[in-house]
Amino acid sequence: MAEKSMLEIKEVDKSFGGLMAVCNCSLDVKEGSITGLIGPNGAGKTTLFNVITGHYKPDKGKIFFQGEEINGLPPHHIFKKKIYRTFQITREFAQMTVLENLMLIPEHQVGEKIWNTWFRQGAVKKQEKAIKEKALEVLEFVELIDLKDEYAGSLSGGQKKLLELARSMMADPRMVLLDEPGAGVNRTLMGKLIDNIRKLCEEKSITFLLIEHDMDLVMNLCNPVIVMSEGKKLAEGTPEEIKRNKKVLEAYLGGQYR
Amino acid sequence: MELGGFIAYLVSLAIMASIYAVFCLGLNIQWGYTGLFNIGIAGFFCVGAYTSAMLTTPKPTGIYAQYVNQIFGLNLPFVVGLLGAAAVCGIIGFLIGIPTLKLREDYLAIATLGIAETFRLIFNNEHWLANGPRGLMGLPQPLQGIVSAKHYNYIYLIVVVIIMLFIYLLIERAIRSPWGRVLRAIREDEISASMSGKDIFHFKMQSLIFGSMVMGVGGALYAHYTKSISPDVFTPLYGTFIIWVMLMAGGSGNNKGAILGAYVIWGIWIGTSFMTDLLPYTLKARAPYIRFLLIGILLEIILIYRPQGMLGEEKRVSKLLEE
Ligand SMILES: Nc1ncnc2c1ncn2[C@@H]1O[C@H](COP(=O)(O)OP(=O)(O)O)[C@@H](O)[C@H]1O
Ligand SMILES: [Mg+2]
Repeated sequence: MAEKSMLEIKEVDKSFGGLMAVCNCSLDVKEGSITGLIGPNGAGKTTLFNVITGHYKPDKGKIFFQGEEINGLPPHHIFKKKIYRTFQITREFAQMTVLENLMLIPEHQVGEKIWNTWFRQGAVKKQEKAIKEKALEVLEFVELIDLKDEYAGSLSGGQKKLLELARSMMADPRMVLLDEPGAGVNRTLMGKLIDNIRKLCEEKSITFLLIEHDMDLVMNLCNPVIVMSEGKKLAEGTPEEIKRNKKVLEAYLGGQYR
Repeated sequence: MELGGFIAYLVSLAIMASIYAVFCLGLNIQWGYTGLFNIGIAGFFCVGAYTSAMLTTPKPTGIYAQYVNQIFGLNLPFVVGLLGAAAVCGIIGFLIGIPTLKLREDYLAIATLGIAETFRLIFNNEHWLANGPRGLMGLPQPLQGIVSAKHYNYIYLIVVVIIMLFIYLLIERAIRSPWGRVLRAIREDEISASMSGKDIFHFKMQSLIFGSMVMGVGGALYAHYTKSISPDVFTPLYGTFIIWVMLMAGGSGNNKGAILGAYVIWGIWIGTSFMTDLLPYTLKARAPYIRFLLIGILLEIILIYRPQGMLGEEKRVSKLLEE
């Protein structure tokens, strides 16, 4: 294939006690793609995300991001490599406002150094203003602007998913890992989510890897689609190919697409 | 009681409440904003008081040296005592943080609890260090001699309130800024904060150190108020428990609440001493425990009916731009 690879996973293992959650898993995400990651429950998809983002160290194997080895780095270093991830069960900062949830994200904030809050207030305020403007823009984009001063914890499930996407936009990432962004999101919000992801991919050339159970969303949005089963890659192809793949049907789709 | 005596009484009450407010502000940084569970405030109280005492008193000489053991005494000004207390407590916070802040929350709780008792026992048992259970006396007070000794407490009240307000402003500024936003994010969800690029250990450490330094200042202010200190003051009840009750009552996550809680609870605490005076003779010996029982019940009531305290956390905290 001609395209450059963005994220390369090579023979990664991760077990919990005796359970091999991820087992000799290798896969490749191309730059600029929206790659779908599907597979039955317990296939190890979320664990793979946790290994990529440094929440767990892999037992074995290597992970490369833009050609650079990143396995074993702690989460905040992964963020600095410009990888952002969202969570299957959303993890907003509940007792902070929606706006604060977004303003937290950008890195290199002058005001994160305590000395600067006392001795360089001008610089802190100036940057804070810019961050706030950007956050408001993003909230406008995902249409959460009316809720900006509400506690993030008080949003609905679907709105929380949008908030996670909004936070990823604050990070200026090169790559975003979305863990079931569509779960619990109603149809209208879902359409918006799909539009937003596509727009971000095209306009900001962000690469997406997304886990999803909603087949409409996957077939609509993702290319290629990677199927995981029992901790490793089972198949990869265009949505059409995956739909027709016998092995996949057996392992996962259970015939509903036959 | 005639009026003058009553006012003098109120002044002494306000001094102690303001000193406790300083501790509450320190705890609020750690618990209210960062979720760090420090249940050994008494340790920082103790070390702050002793540090300032040793820095500001002279080493006993002549006949005194036979009665008072003190490993050193530098005879430096009050301000140096305060800063020294802050520095030493900051270092202790740092040392406690290294092994505990990477582990689960409860380890910090265990470590602070244990170390607080350890400090108290060291000062109690090691006579060569700071005169053992008899403690140190004759601490200097700032701005002595401006007014007659009888009215000195007015001056000290002003000194304490100014220092408290200064600390309040320092904390407010930091909390309203991105620094405080990171702390609150860590309190809300550590994993999410680290995936958002924040170095959790680093920020927790800063919060622990800053809070400990503030507590050190509180300890020093106490020592120079009473002018004499001994280890039996720094018990878990007076040094830790009551400060937690104050913060819970005033409003964890709100610096104004921390101060308010200190004043209200200290007022109630003193009030209960009048109440226990009315007790029959046989129960009087147990009065302190009855008072703590009352405070404990009060805490339960607060936690049930108003868990956010009198002043809860404001909805929008990062409002640097609105100032
Ligand atoms: N922290 C953990 N401790 C123990 N087992 C885990 C842990 N995380 C995941 N697992 C197990 O690993 C397997 C894969 O889980 P997961 O990655 O969440 O699957 P998926 O996201 O594909 O549904 C499951 O059997 C799950 O129970
Ligand atoms: Mg999952």
